[in-house]
Amino acid sequence: MKNITFSQATLEAMEEEMSRDGSIYVMGEDIARQGGIFGQFKGLPDKFGDRVKDTPISETAIIGVAVGSALAGMRPVADMHFADFMGVCMDEIFNQMAKVHYMFGGQKTVPVVVRAPDGIINQAAAQHSQCVEAWFAHIPGLKVVIPSNPADAKGLLKSAIRDDNPVIYFEHKGLFSMKGDVPEGEHLVEIGKARIDREGTDLTLVSWSMMMHHAAKAADKLAAEGISVELIDLRSISPWDKEAVLKSVAKTGRLCVAQEAVKQGGFAGEVVSTIVEEGLEYLDAPVARVGAPFSPIPFARPLEQAYRVTADTIYDAVKKIL
Amino acid sequence: MEAPNIVKISAEVPVEEYGKERLSSFYETMFKIRKFERTVEEKFLGGEIPGFVHLYIGEEAVATGVMANLTAKDYIESTHRGHGHTIAKGADLNRMMAEIYGKKTGYCQGKGGSMHIADFSVGMLGANGVVGGGYNLAAGAALALKLQGKKDISVVFFGDGASNRGTFHEAANMASVWKLPLLFVCEMNEYASTTPYRTATSVADIAQRAYGYDMPAVIVDGNDVFSVYEGAQRLVEHIRGGNGPAFLECKTYRVKGHFVGDPEKYRTREEVQKNIDERDPIMLFEKKTAGVFGPDELNAIQAKVDAMIASALKFAQESPEPAASELFADLYV
Repeated sequence: MKNITFSQATLEAMEEEMSRDGSIYVMGEDIARQGGIFGQFKGLPDKFGDRVKDTPISETAIIGVAVGSALAGMRPVADMHFADFMGVCMDEIFNQMAKVHYMFGGQKTVPVVVRAPDGIINQAAAQHSQCVEAWFAHIPGLKVVIPSNPADAKGLLKSAIRDDNPVIYFEHKGLFSMKGDVPEGEHLVEIGKARIDREGTDLTLVSWSMMMHHAAKAADKLAAEGISVELIDLRSISPWDKEAVLKSVAKTGRLCVAQEAVKQGGFAGEVVSTIVEEGLEYLDAPVARVGAPFSPIPFARPLEQAYRVTADTIYDAVKKIL
Repeated sequence: MEAPNIVKISAEVPVEEYGKERLSSFYETMFKIRKFERTVEEKFLGGEIPGFVHLYIGEEAVATGVMANLTAKDYIESTHRGHGHTIAKGADLNRMMAEIYGKKTGYCQGKGGSMHIADFSVGMLGANGVVGGGYNLAAGAALALKLQGKKDISVVFFGDGASNRGTFHEAANMASVWKLPLLFVCEMNEYASTTPYRTATSVADIAQRAYGYDMPAVIVDGNDVFSVYEGAQRLVEHIRGGNGPAFLECKTYRVKGHFVGDPEKYRTREEVQKNIDERDPIMLFEKKTAGVFGPDELNAIQAKVDAMIASALKFAQESPEPAASELFADLYV
């Protein structure tokens, strides 16, 4: 075990995988000379030279080129700078990358990883703060992973790179500097498997990415009041570990799902409706769904604060269904 | 405006020097595309073929002339009007027709249809239902070739309408900056769907756009297979020499509507007929090679192709449809 940051954990995953397989290369804006705007690629070009590529500001070309090179035998990792910019290359993601394998009858796989730093940090405002994971969970053919800690960051990135399907890898900007214990060397986290963060008996609280940390705080506060929360980190949202959540709800009888993204149309809704469809008999109370208000993310501090989902938002939502 | 990167060329090599084998191959490919498309048109209008089909009739010389410069190791990205490229790249007619019929024996096991045929075994990386969707994929294949240290090249076909997509500009810039082995082949067929190109396009020659990306460009008569061949040859040599991307504009004409069933209200019947009478690529080939082939020789090629298409049609018609249980097959690996 090493105590390293989330960012270093992703770097370790990249180094190990790129050393293992010469067909892996990585490209994006500001990643070679700059080392990534969050430092998450620092040092890679020294080891891998031309396999770490600075691109023009051309998100469409980045994804299109990644897909085309995959069809010709490469295993690209494409960095999006900010998840917010994925709108620029949406056609390449949902009409090309996601469909090529299916649409061409399985003739060729598309082993592309798209790395997408997302989430609210430092008042970055409407176009540099969003969580857009639900868009991609709606697209058949893609996998979507979204780690909340350094160990999972490494294990999921390595699994994503080895996966023959296209994988969107969301990494919250607020997590990059967060430290944690990370297994050295071979450490893989299975895509589609949730992690029980803590066991409990009174309520199942499901979350992912940065929101896991707010959920943990809410669970602490509830624990102080004698309420035992089972906290589940989904880690992957497509495919997602429905069985783990169903099993937990069967035990606790109560469910709250919390996300940083806008509540309306968000992935929490998918979790809730699935549990209602398939596990209604387990539920002893209405379910709670926590997400951001239906608004772009504002800049000014009081407005951003008003927008944000916090541990208190989750605590309040849980209290209503106890 | 004349852009200094552009050379306009016409075929210079006397047809006799091409040799009979190559000439026969040109004719066979063009005729195969024509006959295939006529069959698809007939069966679509008869209700046997579902979905949308976009015909390549009248543009056969482009695919034929370009592809004659490529090997199966070179990659191509095609378009929604992709049957011609696919045939010229060497795909199997039976599996193509079966795919267009939505049959299990088709290239994509019935998952793709007319707009989504691919044959990776001959370097055909796929048709694309999104206009302008192919450039960056082709650039990616070119990058792979470069990273793998290969000498093969990648080619992207597109129309004048697709040159207005932002995807063109991103791919062209990236290909130029990274000196990728990529040939842009513009099929300037006068119409972007139903819109005459000049009403929606800023330049008279699409090749002018290559100047902005520091690429050499050649403009040829896209209905003359010899000019296309020689123009492509010059640029393919440039690309194989490691000099980065290049641009070939082929002036052709879309004889058929945008899709089968297009009422074609945007042009006159006379305009179409004039192009057929004066510029049909197969007719132009026959004229140019009149001294090389006797009529029986071309008839023999036609008969051979007729038999191939009849057989492909029979194969498609008699093949089974995919079972409903295959819905999820190949969604994930």
